[in-house]
Amino acid sequence: MQELRETWVYLSASPLLHLTLTLAAFVLASFLYRKAGLNPLLNPVLLSVVVIVALLSLSHTSYDTYFDGARFVHFLLGPATVALAIPLYRQFDRVRESALAILVSLVCGSVTSAASAIAIAWALGAQPQSIISLAPKSVTAPVAMGISEQLGGIPSLTAVLVILTGIVGATLGPLVLNGLGVRDWSARGLAIGTASHGIGTARALQVDELAGAFSGLAMGLNALATAILLPLAWRLFF
Amino acid sequence: MLEYLTFILACQLVGEFVVASTGIPIPGPVVGMVLLFVFLLSRGKVPEPLGQVADALLRNLSLLFVPAGVGVMLHFDLLETDALPLSVALLLSTLATIAVTASVMVLLTRRRTASDETKD
Repeated sequence: MQELRETWVYLSASPLLHLTLTLAAFVLASFLYRKAGLNPLLNPVLLSVVVIVALLSLSHTSYDTYFDGARFVHFLLGPATVALAIPLYRQFDRVRESALAILVSLVCGSVTSAASAIAIAWALGAQPQSIISLAPKSVTAPVAMGISEQLGGIPSLTAVLVILTGIVGATLGPLVLNGLGVRDWSARGLAIGTASHGIGTARALQVDELAGAFSGLAMGLNALATAILLPLAWRLFF
Repeated sequence: MLEYLTFILACQLVGEFVVASTGIPIPGPVVGMVLLFVFLLSRGKVPEPLGQVADALLRNLSLLFVPAGVGVMLHFDLLETDALPLSVALLLSTLATIAVTASVMVLLTRRRTASDETKD
């Protein structure tokens, strides 16, 4: 018994345990998601996060300890972002055809995202720090955290809101697009990528490569647009 | 395949270096994506092993967001205080962004398609 406890103490401090936990939770969540016929409410990211947070709380494990193991997965976000150049290149002819339309739609979406988030949160009485942390919610996590910090928000809160935004966009976005009767894969991908960055792009890639390419492009461009426009607008109005 | 994984990491590394030395407000990996894209344009095709590495990375893209998402456990307090405004703003704003972006795109491309048709 004593030996078992020592083994547990050793394992729970090693990165292997939480790396395995992260992968196992995601494999299980993806399995359930497929079993449920890709039901948007069983989004694998959402489901794995809920399961992992519950397990960490039950075992009184800190986020730092967890992240020691999970960092290996987190690290791959960078190379995966670089790799988005490949679907973009494969669909480049389609992108070039509508370059102007893409830019105009993207700026409209980017402004809508930040302005409506700030206006609604402010009208409902959120704390200023929460409002700032929410403003860059549609931008991919590393950039959003940088913007939030620059404006006086809380970067790690921003990271969480960014993930939630991604999940909302990836799960409910297709319903909005169906409701509006948008069938064009390029417009669908562009909208999902502008509003819900990499999580939306991950979803779009699963459905259609053209949608995935436009989504990845929108994600990159929106990171650029928001990083430039939001701090400027913020200085102008506040 | 290993050489192309190395190549992707090198693109990111150069990207991070450019960002750190110029202070432009863009994340390093996005600069790395642009660099890789320029490389592909100059090559005129995607080398097959590079395509395989990229597909392997992108097939499980959602998994990579899980560790950051678990960070929600650090902010239960603030999330509780501002739960209503944050969730309403996040939900409505995200859906509005999708609706606006898609509508503008459809409007602009439809007009162009229509003028293309009149040209023919």
